[in-house]
Amino acid sequence: MCKRFVSIWFRYLVTDWFALRKPQLRNTAFVLCTPSHGRMVVTAANALAEAQGIQSGMVLADARAIVPGLQVLDDKPELIDKLLRRIAEWCIRFTPFAAIDPPGGIILDVSGCSYLWGGDEPYLNDIINRLKSRGYTVRAAIADTIGTAWATSRYGLSFIIHPGQQSKALLSLPTAALRLDADTIDHLHKLGLRQIKDFIGMPRSALRRRFGNLIIMRLNQALGLEEEIIQTVQPIEPFSERLPCLEPIVTATGIEIALQRLLEVLCQRLQKEQKGLRVANFKCYRVDGRIIQIQIATNSPSHNVKHLIKLFEIKLPSIEPDLGIELFVLEAPTVEDHASSQQKLWEAMWGLDNNQLSELIDRLAGKVGLNSIRRFLPEEHYWPERSIKQASSLHEQKTSEWKLDRPRPMQLLTTPENIDVTAPVPDYPPMNFRYKGKIHKIIKADGPERIEQEWWIQEGQHRDYYAVEDEEGCRYWLFRSGHYDEEYKWFIHGFFA
Amino acid sequence: MNTTKAHTIEQLRKDILPLQGFKPVAGDSGFDGGLGFIKQAFPGASFPLAAIHEFFCTGEEDVSASAGFIAGIVSAIMRKGGVTLWICSSQMIFPPALKAFGIEPDKIIFIYLQKEKEILWAMEEALKCEGLAAVIAQTQEISFTASRRFQLAVEQSRVTGFIIRRNPRNLATTCVTRWKITPLSTNTENDLPGLGVPRWNVELLKVRNGTPGNWQLEWAKGRFRHVYKLASINSEGQRKTG
Repeated sequence: MCKRFVSIWFRYLVTDWFALRKPQLRNTAFVLCTPSHGRMVVTAANALAEAQGIQSGMVLADARAIVPGLQVLDDKPELIDKLLRRIAEWCIRFTPFAAIDPPGGIILDVSGCSYLWGGDEPYLNDIINRLKSRGYTVRAAIADTIGTAWATSRYGLSFIIHPGQQSKALLSLPTAALRLDADTIDHLHKLGLRQIKDFIGMPRSALRRRFGNLIIMRLNQALGLEEEIIQTVQPIEPFSERLPCLEPIVTATGIEIALQRLLEVLCQRLQKEQKGLRVANFKCYRVDGRIIQIQIATNSPSHNVKHLIKLFEIKLPSIEPDLGIELFVLEAPTVEDHASSQQKLWEAMWGLDNNQLSELIDRLAGKVGLNSIRRFLPEEHYWPERSIKQASSLHEQKTSEWKLDRPRPMQLLTTPENIDVTAPVPDYPPMNFRYKGKIHKIIKADGPERIEQEWWIQEGQHRDYYAVEDEEGCRYWLFRSGHYDEEYKWFIHGFFA
Repeated sequence: MNTTKAHTIEQLRKDILPLQGFKPVAGDSGFDGGLGFIKQAFPGASFPLAAIHEFFCTGEEDVSASAGFIAGIVSAIMRKGGVTLWICSSQMIFPPALKAFGIEPDKIIFIYLQKEKEILWAMEEALKCEGLAAVIAQTQEISFTASRRFQLAVEQSRVTGFIIRRNPRNLATTCVTRWKITPLSTNTENDLPGLGVPRWNVELLKVRNGTPGNWQLEWAKGRFRHVYKLASINSEGQRKTG
């Protein structure tokens, strides 16, 4: 497929931005300046100031001499980069590949995009008109190569270079249109080579010998003999789908339809490549330039449209369309291999690796958070609080067996609660205990089961556990922390079934 | 004459059952949930799967007893495989104890939710999913509407639901059975000191199309066992421990 690029040039990027911030500046000549070597130097001048002969690089005093009523503002360093990046991100509505080209330029890779607007001309006009309506002075050109688009946007007269026409378009342009450094341009001018057609026909070896490698590279790039790579402002996800809308979408139904369509296309592709997504981002590009994003995550790779829509549905109400959404993008940043397995028809009960179970968990997690969903595996510790660990996934297997040798209570208090106890002699279970204001008389008891602290994890007293039964038949798990002859305390820790 | 009448009534009863949401599935009939002859109390003499069972509790002791009893039944259901969801508001259930009731604790997925509304929502979502062995929820209140939604969900999905309710106020629900499990004093062999196996007083307060009853059960050697002779509470006080 033939490549197409758009180069956008902001003639007065920074001064336009200042004029947008302060509308009273629109009709006055003003410059931006910054201190350099003990004097103020003009870094940018607006169109009115330039018309009166002020150029960037001038000393401010000279500029004031030319235009007495000149407005002077402090320049903000790094503003250009920030502005360009913001505009480039906004330009993603025209193409996914947008790159900044400082100073004052943006390059878009628009291969295969313009047909959506009905051709190169309406496409380019739309870009220019939209940027102009935002208040920027822009020139933009479309061509087969970045070099030609750049040259024509700055120096050309016609802005649409049809496929294969780049060498013809370049001929009448000045040498500076080739993106060369000032020294080389100066050198060329001294030799009388003012336009590209003056030297484009010369042998390459002669050019290289006199002007270095750069001029050859730039020529080749402009003509399309050498490929040029651009660094896009937003990395392109390999699995992403876009849906531009002719009319801005403002209704919930519209958003749902967009999501459904994008998911169908993306899932079809995932299925074809035997992949499933783990994380998906749904981005809405609003008319006012904001991007709204919702994200879902799944437990196991999935390319099931119905399921993914259900996950998104919980979060869809958080999208505010405001004045309207003009572009929807669905991305799958995390993708894993997922061979579509055949479900057994006769399998009445699920195991842990069942698709539907992980879909149910995804749905619950989407609403209440994955934190509240837990599964436990045995851990090789006697200390009750440490005898279980949380499984990291539905598929994690236990590494040791669940222990059955000691009685464990059905319910365990997360923190043991202090109780008052009457106990006869050391190592005997208590005779009665008071818990929540009620006195329980102990009839039967088992124990003690001593559990020592694991000193390599935590220092502290050991516990002597007793399983006791009161006169009503209720069974409790009590323990004494510490030795009898030292300081000790009684606690209740659980309730047996 | 009399026998034909009785036969007709029996036949009519059988015809009414499916209309009320009991759809016996091949292989399910005669399933007793490990409860032995208690199954005679249930409609069609089989433990109602694909139904909602309610358990009333007053204190933590009752909750533990109910949880143990439910674990015993669920282990019988899970013998065919499957996963159980346990939805509760506090992290109290101690998974290793479930092993004693014949459940692999790692086959249980716990969902901890604070709000009652969320618990009911999660329960309904889970009950709609065919293929789960059982769903157990701990919540205080459940409205009539919510219980009806559960009933409709299980009729579709054939999942069995258990709800443990502490000090409930609303008694008007569409549950199929309503139980009250309280702990009973245990008995050891030959009156040895120490505690015996878990023992409960099982009250079946309500059962739709069945006969309520009261039994004493204990959990021994991986199954329910009927207790005919209650342990006498030892009046001479505390015994020596082992």
